[in-house]
Amino acid sequence: MLLIPCPWCGPRDDAEFSYGNEAHIVRPADPSATSDEQWADYLYLRNNPKGPFRERWMHAAGCRRWFNVLRDTNSHEILAVYKVGGTPPAEPTAPAKKESQG
Amino acid sequence: MALGMGRRGPTGKPRYSIFALARNALSYHENWQAAWRSPEPKPSYDAIIVGGGGHGLATAYYLASVHGIRNVAVLEKGWIGGGNTGRNTTIIRSNYLWDQSAAIYEHALKLWETMSQELNFNVMFSQRGVITLAHSEHELREMRRRVEAIRLNGIDTEVLTAADIKKLVPIINTDPSIRYPVMGGFIQKRGGTARHDAVAWGYARAADDFGVDIIQNCEVTGFRRGADGAIQGVETSKGFIGAKKVGCVAAGHSAVLSEMAGFKLPIQARPLQALVSEPIKPCIDTVVMSNAVHMYISQSDKGELVFGAGTDSYNSYAQRGSLNIVEHLLAAAVELYPIVSRLRVLRTWGGIVDTCPDASPIISKTPVPGLYFNCGWGTGGFKATPGSGHVFADLVANGQPNAIAAPFSLERFRTGFLVDEHGAAGVAH
Repeated sequence: MLLIPCPWCGPRDDAEFSYGNEAHIVRPADPSATSDEQWADYLYLRNNPKGPFRERWMHAAGCRRWFNVLRDTNSHEILAVYKVGGTPPAEPTAPAKKESQG
Repeated sequence: MALGMGRRGPTGKPRYSIFALARNALSYHENWQAAWRSPEPKPSYDAIIVGGGGHGLATAYYLASVHGIRNVAVLEKGWIGGGNTGRNTTIIRSNYLWDQSAAIYEHALKLWETMSQELNFNVMFSQRGVITLAHSEHELREMRRRVEAIRLNGIDTEVLTAADIKKLVPIINTDPSIRYPVMGGFIQKRGGTARHDAVAWGYARAADDFGVDIIQNCEVTGFRRGADGAIQGVETSKGFIGAKKVGCVAAGHSAVLSEMAGFKLPIQARPLQALVSEPIKPCIDTVVMSNAVHMYISQSDKGELVFGAGTDSYNSYAQRGSLNIVEHLLAAAVELYPIVSRLRVLRTWGGIVDTCPDASPIISKTPVPGLYFNCGWGTGGFKATPGSGHVFADLVANGQPNAIAAPFSLERFRTGFLVDEHGAAGVAH
């Protein structure tokens, strides 16, 4: 269970949100000029860290707007929320060390 | 696999049998030998398997039994079978749409059929049948097409009417007025369930019998590579262990390992939840799954109803998920099986699955020579355990994938030859 602070609506249950996977993936400017490796990288390869992760969420049952979240995938702690196009906050230097209790 | 009766491994372990049971009963079961040793790691091995779940232990077993590579260590950061092997809902089937998937899952199913005898360990494999429901005219037609494709691959499967299903599963609600009425379905009679812990224990005991070292509480923290880039061994919480061949079978943590090795995988780690009810008398003797209402059910030998559904939407390594997934699952369960509405939930849990873009596994060489990955089984790895271990052992031993493993290489994400099993893999595992 996540309590996600929507930048427009405030903290809400994660059941209200849609997940948009990793944030800051940029479509190659000239797809016809990319190699197969570059295209595979854009299409399929993603960061999947155990720790701080930048991801996109959409408040589907609320304002229906997209925004970015910096969340620890191991502790589920939400470290920062920022708007699309905003400056991504720095990752914490000492990642949250809270181990999940399963 | 010319193994079987009378096998005694290098450690001279006695076989399990009715006579052993009787003999040990005389000493109040106080003198059973440990099923496997707990050795300290040697400085180096011929091959190291990272991950002591069912797939990893099966890989080590087949390396020893089929390929004669017995100087092998299985490194497990926790306890064997403590990850997804002990967290899944134990469903086994091979009724997949595409030829590549049919080949590997049917290979696995055939190994399931002889596993208990081969390992001399009762994995309680029960071919109680797996039924998949159709809830709309479109689903029914698509299902008939799938059944024909599956039969062309020589895999048993039959179309069922709603009346057939009601006969096989008396507790199911076939009222046509419910939101997702049961319009038909199909069954794979050779499918079923097995005892998940026993699979890990059986492979561990049999691998140990060949001299494989199973090292628990030993977490891999890095890979050591030589000047030529090839793998030289792994750094662990118990120090450096050398090996020219390293096979990683770490499910949800595969991406963590690939990051240590310096490359990315097309994998996202997601929580997959399941739950069991309090135990009740036998009321369902098969497995029933539904893609449309996103829920599946079976009954354990203890009498608990075992439920599963889909993954949570977000990346996580926390081995737990959100309650709304459980609520969604139970809403579907109550509509399809009204008798469960008064049951209490005994426990819920989650495991971290390695989901792949095409819902098919990765069994592959990697950019690092000598380092192999077996991952991406997502929500459906348990059923593949013996087949996965068997073909992965072949890859680790020979350095080249065999015909069954070849379509599942990492290369497919560059070439575009995906094995898109979202339709067939959808829910039930």
